Amino acid sequence: MSADTFQHSHAAHCESGVMTNLLRHHGAKVSEPLVFGLSSALSFAYLPFIKLGGLPLVAYRMPPKAIIKALQKPFGIKFRFENFSTAEAGQRRLDALLQEQRVVGLQTSVYWLPYFPEDMRFHFNAHNLLVYGKEQDEYLISDPVAEDPVRCATADLNRARFAKGVLAPRGLLYYPESIARTEPRPETIVDAIKKTARIMHAPIPLFGVRGMRMLARRIERLDPAAENSGHFIGHVVRMQEEIGTGGGGFRFLYAAFLQEAADIIGRRALAELAEQLLAIGDDWRAFALASARMLRGRDPMEPPAIAALLRKQADAEEQFFRTLKHAVQ
Amino acid sequence: MDIDEVPQDNNRTLGGYRKGVYARDASGRMVLVASSGWEVEEIVTSDAVEQLNEQAAAARKRVEAGLSSPLEYWMYARRMDLSLLAQSTGVWRWRVRRHLQAAHFAKLPPPLLQRYADALGISSETLRQLP
Repeated sequence: MSADTFQHSHAAHCESGVMTNLLRHHGAKVSEPLVFGLSSALSFAYLPFIKLGGLPLVAYRMPPKAIIKALQKPFGIKFRFENFSTAEAGQRRLDALLQEQRVVGLQTSVYWLPYFPEDMRFHFNAHNLLVYGKEQDEYLISDPVAEDPVRCATADLNRARFAKGVLAPRGLLYYPESIARTEPRPETIVDAIKKTARIMHAPIPLFGVRGMRMLARRIERLDPAAENSGHFIGHVVRMQEEIGTGGGGFRFLYAAFLQEAADIIGRRALAELAEQLLAIGDDWRAFALASARMLRGRDPMEPPAIAALLRKQADAEEQFFRTLKHAVQ
Repeated sequence: MDIDEVPQDNNRTLGGYRKGVYARDASGRMVLVASSGWEVEEIVTSDAVEQLNEQAAAARKRVEAGLSSPLEYWMYARRMDLSLLAQSTGVWRWRVRRHLQAAHFAKLPPPLLQRYADALGISSETLRQLP
């Protein structure tokens, strides 16, 4: 399990990509869709009281670290998580682990990573990447949202690991101590699907399809003349498309998981449902396109029209996840 | 989305990177495809970046007019806001707000100036003026 044999692969999303590459390095046969679905990472949340740069938190997935934690049971992984109070201590520990030929996961800020494109560098603190070596003053990094491995100078990585603010990583590093299984049991896949169906039907107005409807009500009330209205819907689209979701707010990624799950547990119905979710994902893309056109002024700003599209998504997903739940009963 | 529908719009905002998206191949399987970007993403990202740039530009005007300290410009130039700068330096928000004023900033003791400079990733000489 020497770090020299580590293989980087491109992924849609940072956390599922990191876990895919890390599990593969430890001999597991997994794909990014399997990791994403098995950890029940698909979701929807609208939290108006948490503001990011003045705009509410909108998420199409479960909170950061949910994927890492949810994979412990299906694969019988024992993870070590370590935080540090100083950058010096954090760097010393990381360097020591690399000396032992370990591949180490890190939580970092996006803003302070110089290899990130300038326009993508925001103060978002829950990015995940793997470090698999160090040459002189540069870390060898597998960032799953990049096609190829990248490099980062020690001082820059320290800064990214010890950035402050919301979700501050406090130097978090993680690595598996042992892995019991290289393939998940079929029943854990069924459980994961049931959990996602439950989350999407959560009886709380902020989450799942009810969260979408609440966001639709908010969008409906936006003033078409106010400049902020465009920023608001643009922000929703960014959370859905731009920040590494694999397209359609993770719906395409989850459709890929359902196809794989259909083969593993031998239920054709899941493959048919994957096709349905693909169509729902296409409608999310249409929602994004309509929003962006209004934001750029190519179409007149009509928040109620955007809200109506969002309600259609909520209705479609309410039906979809009900059918999905029955399919794995 | 089918593979041939995956946008390849060469987004400026991606800086030459390609992102992974999932699409259906000819045999009906969902696979990862590298995309050079979708115009929709470029529009929403540029909108967010422009907002941040406007904040920095407005702060620059205030500094030039003697209304604000260069700290306010650098805070926005580093895409931060008051609460993030306060958290990054460990200085109370109300104190940071005072230091955004030119008069208070001019009297900052060097160690505190250095703390702001470190949090912003610049030298204290750079922090003292507009670029």
